[in-house]
Amino acid sequence: MSLKLGVPSKGRLMEKTFAWFDKRGITLSRTGSDREYAGRVDGIEGVSLVLLSAGEIPRELAEGRIHLGVTGTDLVHEKLPLWDQQLQEVAQLGFGQADLIIAVPACWADVDTLDDLDAAAAGFRARHGHRLRIATKYHRLVRDFLTHAGVADYTLVDSQGATEGTVKNETAEAIADITSTGETLRANHLKILSDGLILRSQATLWRSRTAPLEAADKQVLELLLDRLAK
Amino acid sequence: MITRARILEQAAQLRARFEAAGAQAVETPILQPAETLLDLYGEDIRARAYITSDALRGEQMLRPDFTVPVVQKHMEHGAEPARYTYAGEVFRRQEHDPDRANEYIQVGYEVFDRTNPAAADAEVFALIAQALDGLALRAATGDIGILMAAVAGLKTTEPRKAALMRHIWRPRRFRALLDRYAGRTPVPPARAALLAAADPLAGGAPEIGKRDRADVEARIAVLRADAAAAPISDNEMAGLDALLSVRETMPFALEHLRDIAVDLPQITPALDRLEARIAALRARGVDVDRLDFEASYGRTSMEYYDGFVFGFYAERRPDLPPIATGGRYDALTRRLGNGAEIPAVGGVLRPGLMLLLAESEI
Repeated sequence: MSLKLGVPSKGRLMEKTFAWFDKRGITLSRTGSDREYAGRVDGIEGVSLVLLSAGEIPRELAEGRIHLGVTGTDLVHEKLPLWDQQLQEVAQLGFGQADLIIAVPACWADVDTLDDLDAAAAGFRARHGHRLRIATKYHRLVRDFLTHAGVADYTLVDSQGATEGTVKNETAEAIADITSTGETLRANHLKILSDGLILRSQATLWRSRTAPLEAADKQVLELLLDRLAK
Repeated sequence: MITRARILEQAAQLRARFEAAGAQAVETPILQPAETLLDLYGEDIRARAYITSDALRGEQMLRPDFTVPVVQKHMEHGAEPARYTYAGEVFRRQEHDPDRANEYIQVGYEVFDRTNPAAADAEVFALIAQALDGLALRAATGDIGILMAAVAGLKTTEPRKAALMRHIWRPRRFRALLDRYAGRTPVPPARAALLAAADPLAGGAPEIGKRDRADVEARIAVLRADAAAAPISDNEMAGLDALLSVRETMPFALEHLRDIAVDLPQITPALDRLEARIAALRARGVDVDRLDFEASYGRTSMEYYDGFVFGFYAERRPDLPPIATGGRYDALTRRLGNGAEIPAVGGVLRPGLMLLLAESEI
C-alpha cells in the first residue's frame, strides 16, 4: 500500500498544484503520453499520485479511496453535506480563488438584494406563469442559501457550463455560478447581488477522515504533512 | 427489536382503528407526478423529496406525503362528506442529519366535511390523541388562521399584505418585511438611489432575458407607491408582536388573544373559531386546560396548513421528529380543486416511532 494523493488531472489547477508541491520539495509529474492519466511523485517515498477530475475528488476523499486530495471548497461543500465529518482541511493553496454568487441582468434596475430578488420572483411568476429560473450547477448550496434567506417562487435549472449565457438565451432569468474577476459576468451584461455571495472558494488540500491507514502509511502521512507545513 | 413486520402490524391496527371511526381506506401510488408538488412547494420540495425521471413521463417524485394525492383523489370523485385513512411508506430526502429516516411508514386520517369545521378539527385531534394514549408525549397546537386574519386586516396597502401573506410560512422573511413596512429598518442605499433617480432605467445596460422592461417598470412603480405609503402603525405592530408571542394553555391563550383583538379586531372571527374548537375538543374529552397553544406554531412546516395545527412530541426524546402532526388545509383543496374547494383537516402518525417509544418506556 501507499498513500494516495488525488490531484486534478488537467489545466491550470493541475499545473498550479504541481508548482505548490514543487515549492515544498515534492515533485509531482505526469508520466507516459500526454493523454495517459498516470503520474509519479519524487522527493518523498511511499506516496502515489492519482489524477482525477476535480469534481470527483470530494467523493473519492469521502469514500476513503484517496488519503489526500486537492480540489475547490465549492465542490466539497456542494457534493458533501457533511464534509467536515468526512474531510479535514490541510492547507488553502492560495490559487483557484472564486466566489459562488448570484447574478441578475444589469438591466434590472429594481434588483440589488435578495429581498428584491424575492419580490421580483413573485411578480415574474404572476405575470409569466412560471417560477423565476436560476441556472446553476451548485444546486444544494444555492437552494440552502435561498431557503435560509427566505426567497420563494424561484426554481433551479441545471447548467453545467456557459451558465452566464443562459439569461440571454432565455433558458433562465438569473444565475448562480463561480466568478473570480467578474469579467465574464460583465461581458454577459450581468451584475452580482450586493448580498448574493454564497461561498468564497479556493483550491484546498484536504485529508480524508475515512481512508484506512496502515502503520507505514501513517508515518508517510505525518512526514508529508510536516514537509507541506513548512 | 423493531422490525418492519411489527411496524406494518402497528400501521394496520391504526388504520383499522380509523376505519372503525368511519374512514374509508385508500391507496395512492408511490410515484407521484413531480409537477404538482413542485408547483405547490417550489424548489424547497427538491431538498425534501426524492425525484426520479424517465424519458416518457418526465420527473416523478417518491411520495413525500399522502395529503396531496388523497386531496386529488377526493376532488376528482369523492362523495361529501368523506373520511379517509391510509397507511404506507413516505420518502424524505435527508441532507443534514444522517440519523433521520429517509423512508418510513405513515398512517393518516383525513376529514373532508363542510358542516362543522370545529367538530372536524376536534375529531381528528382526539382520534390521534387516543391512538397515542399511553406514550409520554407533549401536544402542541396552534392556528395559522389567526395570523393570516391579522395580516389580511392590517390598515396598509394590498401589495404589502400580499407580500406578508406570501411569507407567513417563512418567519424570518416575514419579520424583515414587517419591520420594513413599519419603517423600523433603514431603506437600503441602492433602494434609496433607485427611488431618487429621475429615470432609473437610464443605466444603459442592454435589455436581456425574459424578465423585461415592463416587469422592471412595474416593480419600480410598486416600490414608489410603497415608499409613499404610511408605515404600519405602532399600535398594529404591537398587536402583531403580542399575537406572535402568545404561548399558553388553550383557554388562557384565547383570553389573551381576545385582549389583543382590541388592537387587531380583524382576528375576532378567527378567535370565535378557536373558541368553538376548544368547546368541541372539550366535548370530545380532551383536557384543553392542559393543552398548549402557540400562536406561531406550525409556521416552519410545509406550507399548506392554514388553520388549526398540531403536533405530538416525545418529551424525553427531543432528538426525535414529531410522532404525529396534522392540521387544517382548506386552501390546498382550493389549489388542487380547479375551482372546487372543501374544508379539510387531517393528521398523520408514525407507527415506527410509537413502537420505539413504547419499547423505551417499559
